[in-house]
Amino acid sequence: MSTNGMENWAVDLKDVGAIYPFQGSEVLLVILGLVFWIGWHVIQTRQENAEIAADLAADRSGDETRAAIDRY
Amino acid sequence: MEGNLNALTTVFTEFYYWVTIVMMFLIHVGFCTYEVGVARRRHHLKTLMKNAMAIPLVTITFYFFGWWIYFAFVNGPGIVDGGLIQSNFAEPWSPLMSAHLSGVNPGEVDVTPAEAAYWHRINGVFWGAFLLFSITTASIISGAIIERARSGAFWIVAVLIGSVMWILDASWGWHPQGWMVRLWGYHDAYASGVVHAIAGGAALAFLIVLGPRVGKFRADGTPRDIPPHNVWLVTVGLFLIYTGFWGFYAACNIPIISPEGIAGQITGTTWTATNIYLTPTSLSAITFNFLMSLSGGMMAGYIISKGDPFWTFSMGLCGVISASAGNDLYHPIQAMLIGAVVPCIAYKLHYFVERRFKLDDAVGAVAVHGYGGFMGVVVAGFVLWGVPSSPYEGFAQINPLGNFAGAVVMVLLGFVPTFIVCKILNSFGLLRVPAKVELEGVDFAIHKTFEATVREVMAAEKALVNK
Repeated sequence: MSTNGMENWAVDLKDVGAIYPFQGSEVLLVILGLVFWIGWHVIQTRQENAEIAADLAADRSGDETRAAIDRY
Repeated sequence: MEGNLNALTTVFTEFYYWVTIVMMFLIHVGFCTYEVGVARRRHHLKTLMKNAMAIPLVTITFYFFGWWIYFAFVNGPGIVDGGLIQSNFAEPWSPLMSAHLSGVNPGEVDVTPAEAAYWHRINGVFWGAFLLFSITTASIISGAIIERARSGAFWIVAVLIGSVMWILDASWGWHPQGWMVRLWGYHDAYASGVVHAIAGGAALAFLIVLGPRVGKFRADGTPRDIPPHNVWLVTVGLFLIYTGFWGFYAACNIPIISPEGIAGQITGTTWTATNIYLTPTSLSAITFNFLMSLSGGMMAGYIISKGDPFWTFSMGLCGVISASAGNDLYHPIQAMLIGAVVPCIAYKLHYFVERRFKLDDAVGAVAVHGYGGFMGVVVAGFVLWGVPSSPYEGFAQINPLGNFAGAVVMVLLGFVPTFIVCKILNSFGLLRVPAKVELEGVDFAIHKTFEATVREVMAAEKALVNK
């Protein structure tokens, strides 16, 4: 048994379709892919919120901000 | 060449590989850009030249003996039946290693006119494509050792890895008849192990003998971050490497072959593209998987490094590398997930090894190429378990143990010879620049000459203004 159903390559290629492993799990793969994508946005948003909060908390006097403006 | 179809196939194949060579040159533009971006300003020019001169040095040595090694050592020699394979067409004194058309040369034995018509035309571009893999393998090591390694030491290791060791591993595990493919079912279609793991192993050995940059570690042994001097330049370099990798992937394929071209092992009349093992795949398959694994790596890299540009781009590359072993066969979402998970482990390993073993890998080459490549080969052994590794009968099927053993072989083929050579070079004081020179910057003398020249020219021009 192989993970993609091919036992040897002595086949006529016009009779062969998909050759990726674990055929039949496409829906599961798509669900995992969607979870990865949505999860990425959730984590990224949290990280960006924390970063912005840290930026807001920094430089209460405004000196470093003025210096940053001077640097263009 | 007889027959229009044969002629078209040959000329198409010749042009196909030629285009991949041009594209793969971008990998080296990228490596140079990237390394110079990481190096501090006082090390720029030597950093650039250290990497750039690997190109001619590996080229001429790959012409002298590298290409011959690929064909001659397929059996080990002696690991499976037979010794060295006679490979006349790859010997540097052969007329076939030069301008040549389609005929059988006088004195060529066992070469049919049909073989001559195809192979003699393809030899130069096939050599060129493999050469670009060779230069890539050598170049990977260069970035890890910047700012303190002697250029001459790197160039010796570049030839050792680029023109001897990597092509030996390709002969064993990246050739349709390689003994690792026959006995172990080793599968590494786009070179996670045969290019990246060996280069990572070599970089690791070099770093162990070389030691860290001055100032990398605090008195208590904890590491300091030495940021790249120009992150934008680093990311442009990595973008260029991504671009060149399209050529790398295409060059790993045979673009068109008939069932007869695979000795009739594949039945029917359908022509196909194949991977290096002559099993069917397509440019569409690898396009899906290249882009999805790159995306998985970049997205995971962005999160794990909290948006750090250097690591996000590096993890994108690591994503591709970690899926490369099986990217001829994976489903695109499998490639994406592998490309996301493996780089996260490689990233964590990089900092663990840095803290624990005081290893100063300036560009993360061991992580991206070594850990990423090694794990990529191992993962392919599981995901592709039982898939036939070759169209030929009697070859082992792809399996976890075979790929794990193969991945270990790849790392050791890079690590062991590099470690020995670096130890020898170090014993002669030829491995590392003195600490004073490192602090001045390896470009110190060049800069002094430059500044003196500039001052003289400016003074001369100002003198003319006052007249």
